[in-house]
Amino acid sequence: MNPAYSVILFTTASGAGYGLLALISMAGASHGRASTTAFAFTTLFIALALITIGLLSSTLHLGRPKRAWRAFSQWRSSWLSREGIAAILTYPLAIAFGTCWSGVVDAPSLIAPLGYATAIMSWVTVFCTAQIYASLKTIRAWHQPLTVPVYLAFSAATGSVLLTAVANYFGRFVPFQSVLAFSAILTLIILKFIYWRMVDRSPRTHTMAGATGLGAGVRQWEVPHTSTNFIMKEMGFVVARRHGYRLRMVCLALLDISFGLMVFCSNLPWLSYIAVPVILLAAWIERWLFFAQAEHVVGLFYGKQSA
Amino acid sequence: MTSLPQSTTKKLGLVIDLDTCVGCQACATSCKEWNAQGDSGPLTDTDPYGADPSGPWFNRIHGYEVKEQGRDDSRIVNFPRSCLHCEDAACVTVCPTGASYKRAEDGIVLVNPETCIGCKLCSWACPYGAREYDYTQGVMKKCTLCVDRIYNTNLEPEDQVPACVKACPTGARHFGDLGDVNSDVSLLVKQRGGYDLLPEMGYKPTNKYLPPRARRESRQPHIEPLPRSNGSPMENLFLWADRLLSKRSASLGSGEDNSGKLEG
Repeated sequence: MNPAYSVILFTTASGAGYGLLALISMAGASHGRASTTAFAFTTLFIALALITIGLLSSTLHLGRPKRAWRAFSQWRSSWLSREGIAAILTYPLAIAFGTCWSGVVDAPSLIAPLGYATAIMSWVTVFCTAQIYASLKTIRAWHQPLTVPVYLAFSAATGSVLLTAVANYFGRFVPFQSVLAFSAILTLIILKFIYWRMVDRSPRTHTMAGATGLGAGVRQWEVPHTSTNFIMKEMGFVVARRHGYRLRMVCLALLDISFGLMVFCSNLPWLSYIAVPVILLAAWIERWLFFAQAEHVVGLFYGKQSA
Repeated sequence: MTSLPQSTTKKLGLVIDLDTCVGCQACATSCKEWNAQGDSGPLTDTDPYGADPSGPWFNRIHGYEVKEQGRDDSRIVNFPRSCLHCEDAACVTVCPTGASYKRAEDGIVLVNPETCIGCKLCSWACPYGAREYDYTQGVMKKCTLCVDRIYNTNLEPEDQVPACVKACPTGARHFGDLGDVNSDVSLLVKQRGGYDLLPEMGYKPTNKYLPPRARRESRQPHIEPLPRSNGSPMENLFLWADRLLSKRSASLGSGEDNSGKLEG
């Protein structure tokens, strides 16, 4: 699949934003009002900015961005529509939570319900994003049981690293934040490692023989068009697949480094500043591979023997 | 609404005969011609006369080489690929805007170019590569089963079929109601063992493909071995005549040699 940068930026940035938003709203729900208004505003701003950058970037992927509002209509059947609705519903909740949590509006009793609601909607949004990919039977690498857990884990890991860094900046660092972060990163490393093993070992159940109905001895003789077409560019896209293994190792190494940084963060909280770019780079590489290494069933009509 | 209809009154679709398709591309070009001016037009191309032409087509004709087991030679199968108007069309359910829909009356899967946002998710969901994105218009395009022909009473009755069916010079494309078990197309599918593409994926395509017929061994061309000389007087007479005539024509050295051409 063609790794469109707009979609990679969308899923990584909004993933981190929703992770951070979920964590601060859960923290608010359990601890009450934020220690300072500045801390509350900064975390909320970073979370919403990342989410907004992501969502705006995702509209760049559209052929007709001005019609994007129409995507809120088909929640009955479409995960993309559900994601759009969940994303939009999260905004007013997050802002309402933020005004109470920061103390702008003095309503301590509302912090907990708004906090839990914001957290739930954040996770629901990331879940819907992941489901867009996981529900596609046509792409074996996405139609996997771990696709959704990996998306959620990435969101939690990147969000918790961001939270640690911001908290440290405001002198609000507590070791629990780093414990949360390295636990999330460790979970992510394990999940992603298992995911890659599962994808590599999952059987290629669809064949050119089944796609064409012409039996086992079929092979491509002549392509139907002399130049490329949309199907080839979007679905048949092959880019640097031979570097796939090495890039996976780079991604795992970056995740390991951010894990180590967060472990030592308890004593050296400034390490969280380094962990932020490291884990975001890891997320970017992982998401790029998620697209670039995904093979679409339509390749069977274009010469691939199995998918 | 991108929820699929529970059932459709008709199941209009195509039956494509892989035995008689000669891969002439008439269906593809006729489709492009009609649809570039029809309801979903203009079906634009970029750089149409240049070095790298590109643009959406609703029909693509692949060529496959099939090597049957136990045979040294292989056969070429021309394979037109277009939207199969699936009963359980994933391209429709993934659509976030409702631009993609399946008609309850005849099962045709369509895209409304006025409401499509060009997210391309439907093309990801389709295993058959039936949907092609129009880069110039920013919307998805696909086969309409010539919905603007088949109900078009301004056309002669014989023209009220999809352009590809009308254009096919070998009659390899058949159009009809596959929901009606007694329709010509359904009977053809039954008679010839018509099949679904990627049936295991469960999208229940409406269009069916008729497999190439089994090869007739007696028609296989083969080289007859030359009869061995038996040295009979009659054969010697013919050999003498052949030598004599060869000498004559060589010595004449003019005119066209038509010997052997009558049989050839």
